[in-house]
Amino acid sequence: MFTPNLEDCHQPVVELEHVSFSYRGQQVISDLSFSAKERDFVGIIGSNGAGKSTLLRMIVGLLPAGDGQIRLFGQPIRKFKDWERIGYVPQKNAFNPLFPATVREVVMSGLYNNKTLFRRVGKSQQQRCDDAMEVMGIESIAGKKIGELSGGQQQRAFLARAMINRPDLLILDEPTVGIDAKTQADFFELVTHMHQHHHMTFLMVSHDMGMVESYLGQEPKQQNGSINFYVRHSHDIQNCEVPDLQHSLS
Amino acid sequence: MVIDIMLSDFFQRALAGGILIGITAPLIGIFLVLRRLSMIGDTLAHVTIAGVALGFLIEVYPLGAGLVFAVVASFAIEKLRKAYKSYAELSIAIIMSGGVALASLFFTLGMGYNTDVMSYLFGSIYTLDTQDLYVVGAVTVVVVAVVALFFKEFFLLSFEEDAASVNGLPVRLLNMLITVLTALVISTAIKIVGALLVSALLTIPVAISLLIARSFKSSVILSVVISEIAVIIGLVIAGIWNLAPGATIVLLLILLLVLTMAGKKGLSV
Repeated sequence: MFTPNLEDCHQPVVELEHVSFSYRGQQVISDLSFSAKERDFVGIIGSNGAGKSTLLRMIVGLLPAGDGQIRLFGQPIRKFKDWERIGYVPQKNAFNPLFPATVREVVMSGLYNNKTLFRRVGKSQQQRCDDAMEVMGIESIAGKKIGELSGGQQQRAFLARAMINRPDLLILDEPTVGIDAKTQADFFELVTHMHQHHHMTFLMVSHDMGMVESYLGQEPKQQNGSINFYVRHSHDIQNCEVPDLQHSLS
Repeated sequence: MVIDIMLSDFFQRALAGGILIGITAPLIGIFLVLRRLSMIGDTLAHVTIAGVALGFLIEVYPLGAGLVFAVVASFAIEKLRKAYKSYAELSIAIIMSGGVALASLFFTLGMGYNTDVMSYLFGSIYTLDTQDLYVVGAVTVVVVAVVALFFKEFFLLSFEEDAASVNGLPVRLLNMLITVLTALVISTAIKIVGALLVSALLTIPVAISLLIARSFKSSVILSVVISEIAVIIGLVIAGIWNLAPGATIVLLLILLLVLTMAGKKGLSV
């Protein structure tokens, strides 16, 4: 019987090679090498100031990597142009809660990228927005102002925005900070369900050890300073003979 | 007599100019207010006055000189904002005081404060000539076209700049575009309400719309409608009772803001 090579069948999605970062003369990240492959779920855990959010910001190009090399989908980050392949869920306090935007407007904004400049929003994009909201269970509040929603609903809206492009890599920056325990558990369940059923790689910064351990195991796969990387590899849940996972939301 | 005023050339030019500025000022103002950059309006207005003063001094078209000054200042603000990332307001303070200092210098080099320069400080919509109207018209076309073209990108940039970056949008270019458009709007609006009141036209219609609107799109439409109501009614009132038009428009906007706040409070009680 054919046995697939579990380690090699998935392509690297995020690669960090000897990455360092200093802020105001202080070394925040030092000589970090790490790789996340297709369908991996990576939990990045650490105390406040450990550099977890700095690391995420480097990976999405918001901060320049001081030293070393960052590659996304095999390309050096400087040359990377396929940003629609990446979905990003920010921290809860990343936006002005008084901003007059509806849930629909926020979810739709996930489609605005470097390849949609000068293009109008058409019916197919509207449909994708409807689909993303339906999957996240927020279609009934599409017309509500984002600032008037509960923390859990807001994060579902941001998750819908990240999912609207059907990304290959989903990045979540402390998505449940400031949300009550029950909503945190629901949100984490939703995210892990998505990991098991969609063809995506997850990178999640979290402070919640309990939830991370329950899904990613108790032992970190790697450590750098006070940042710990917990990984559930793709081959832990799916083998290479299952290439048929539909790249769709539904 | 009222009809005579309304039918006069100067009033009709004023009305046309007012209606055009009534569109562009809140259209740019909404992006400034939502990005907490309301003070940029005041800063660029003061720099424009320096340009206008220089225009009078060297006898070139004052509004044109003011416009060039405002655009150059808008680039300087962006540059300084990058240099002092954690102190964004510092760039505004530096450029504003620089603008006032330059304006004072040019005033003293010229004949002192003359009525022409004063008309730019306090606004003088009735002295709008055909050339001014062409400039205001051209700026309106540019502003409306650029905002329509980049509406969705400007929305994301204002809502969450990080997400715009992660989506690969040219954030620096878009920021620069908004600042340059602001410079264009301010330098043309000062002829209407004056440099000292120009930021009112950019911010108060937006402030009112934020109290009522349920979406971003409706905020934009409402702020333009509110601005037009204030400009048209303000100009008519000023024409009938011989009041300062700029001041009348701004006071009318403040009245609308107070009424909206009171109405909202009344509804929520």
